[in-house]
Amino acid sequence: MSLLDVRDVSRHFGSLVAVDHVSFKVEPGELRAVIGPNGAGKTTFFNLISGLFPPSSGSILLDGQDITTVPAHRRVGLGISRTFQITEIFPELTVRDNLLIPVESAAGLRLRPWISRADRVKVADRVQELLESGGLADKAERLAGELSHGDQRATEIMMSLALQPRLLLLDEPTAGMGDQETRDVVRVIRNLHKKEGLSIVLIEHDMRVIFHLADRIMVLAEGAVLADGTPAEIAADERVQAAYLGSAE
Amino acid sequence: MKNLEGRIGTIILWLLLLTAPYWMPLFGGYTGLGTRVLVLALAAMSVNFLLGFTGVLSFGHAAFFGLGAYGAGMTIKYIYASTMLGLAIGVLVGILGAMIIGAMIVRLRGVYFAMVTIAFGQVFYFVAFRWSSLTGGDDGLTGWKRVPLDLGVTQIDILHNDIAFYYLVLVCVAVCSAAMALLLRSPFGRTLLAIRENERRARFLGIPVDKHIWMSFVCSAAFCSVAGALYAYLDNFVDPRAFRWEQSGDFVIMAVLGGMRSFWGPLIGAAVFVVLQDKISSVTDYWMSILGLLFVLAVVFFPRGVLGVVKRKQGL
Ligand SMILES: Nc1ncnc2c1ncn2[C@@H]1O[C@H](COP(=O)(O)OP(=O)(O)OP(=O)(O)O)[C@@H](O)[C@H]1O
Ligand SMILES: [Mg+2]
Repeated sequence: MSLLDVRDVSRHFGSLVAVDHVSFKVEPGELRAVIGPNGAGKTTFFNLISGLFPPSSGSILLDGQDITTVPAHRRVGLGISRTFQITEIFPELTVRDNLLIPVESAAGLRLRPWISRADRVKVADRVQELLESGGLADKAERLAGELSHGDQRATEIMMSLALQPRLLLLDEPTAGMGDQETRDVVRVIRNLHKKEGLSIVLIEHDMRVIFHLADRIMVLAEGAVLADGTPAEIAADERVQAAYLGSAE
Repeated sequence: MKNLEGRIGTIILWLLLLTAPYWMPLFGGYTGLGTRVLVLALAAMSVNFLLGFTGVLSFGHAAFFGLGAYGAGMTIKYIYASTMLGLAIGVLVGILGAMIIGAMIVRLRGVYFAMVTIAFGQVFYFVAFRWSSLTGGDDGLTGWKRVPLDLGVTQIDILHNDIAFYYLVLVCVAVCSAAMALLLRSPFGRTLLAIRENERRARFLGIPVDKHIWMSFVCSAAFCSVAGALYAYLDNFVDPRAFRWEQSGDFVIMAVLGGMRSFWGPLIGAAVFVVLQDKISSVTDYWMSILGLLFVLAVVFFPRGVLGVVKRKQGL
């Protein structure tokens, strides 16, 4: 059974069709890329999967269960976590607290008006682990809003990982990053995919990143699926080249 | 308040509060004034629990302030003459009101939330105003008095001894502020900070935002109704103005004046507010305009409030 099974979803904004009858599957352990020109509907597609708003039609299944109407915060509990195209973090909290909040949420502690010593230690260890794997350990006590763009992006990625997702949605994780930062992020993503077998859907504009990482690529144009296949198939597809790759390069 | 400066500040603050009845007269104050500062500070802190630490502006907390006040006064007047029972019932009524109102408005955001809270506060105002057979209407609820505390072994005469009453209020403020501080440092409290910082991110970390705002609203209202009950005890009197939106506005002003990102800021704001009111209103009728000016200056030049400025200077 597919981990994620999106069946024929559409989303309208007034007369605009932002997502147009898209079907899409993610198998367990797969790294899927979604590409397409600006305004193609990629982010809207993520918003539908993660539950920011419901689709106008179609359905979304996780592990074969219909989650089309499940609210966003409960989808997180079911294992879907995401980052945003424009970084969404807690700017006036320390990096450590930025990670502590999702760790506590994932540990089911969010309603606790107190926290036991044992839980506190467990949670702090997990936060430390995340800080280190995100290369943020030396910035743990800084306010997240004061970090460089790249470190803020890294913080957000680590926040979504803190939730221990089964499906991770990354919306242009390397956007606005320098070469070194991009390489770091790509390394983190590849590790997650190869070593931990995490299922990932990635929106990216950087073709090197995509052809480097993705198992399969879906191309959107004006909301509709233009092509869907392996990197080699996509690279060879003439329509894709005409609509997207040609203009991007 | 993990840092040393913060801790020392808190200790100094508590030493000042604990000794206030003895040093205030030296500066032209009197015990009743100190008690008033404490009561309004508690209300402002409760408003700030929501405003500064959940990021939600309520302009209707006078509703819960008034419910606490009338709940306490009416309990003593009509049911049983006990200060503590009055307080308990006042707070229960306040919590109940907040649970119902909160459930109706928790989906609203920003200005809409603030507007609707004003409207609800005004509803209570009109009820208190109109239902005069029960509430005393415009003349206020009179004919009752706070009752000396009976501790079994001994009695504490908070009715005739102003200093004893000051310390009762101080104990209530201590208990409530400790509860607030503990809540804010708990996993639950961190979800509130998360909502303040970035509601969308909070939601996509698995936090049901509306539910947590509702809970924060109810907690905040509970503390505000404690303040309301104590306010009624202050002069053994409540009138419908306790419910009015001007009252809610005063709480917000105190919170912003003192610094809404700081835990004790609203207390400083309340002290400034009450002392100015006391000193200036006896000299000129325009004390509100002076306060308004001060408020505007504070917002323009010290957006983080009085304590916020001190903290930034220390590089915190
Ligand atoms: N909430 C919304 N309300 C109205 N229109 C929207 C909304 N969200 C997206 N759109 C529109 O839907 C279309 C698709 O936008 P979307 O952000 O999904 O594109 P994208 O593929 O992510 O583009 P980019 O590469 O620039 O990020 C655009 O025309 C956009 O203006
Ligand atoms: Mg986008």
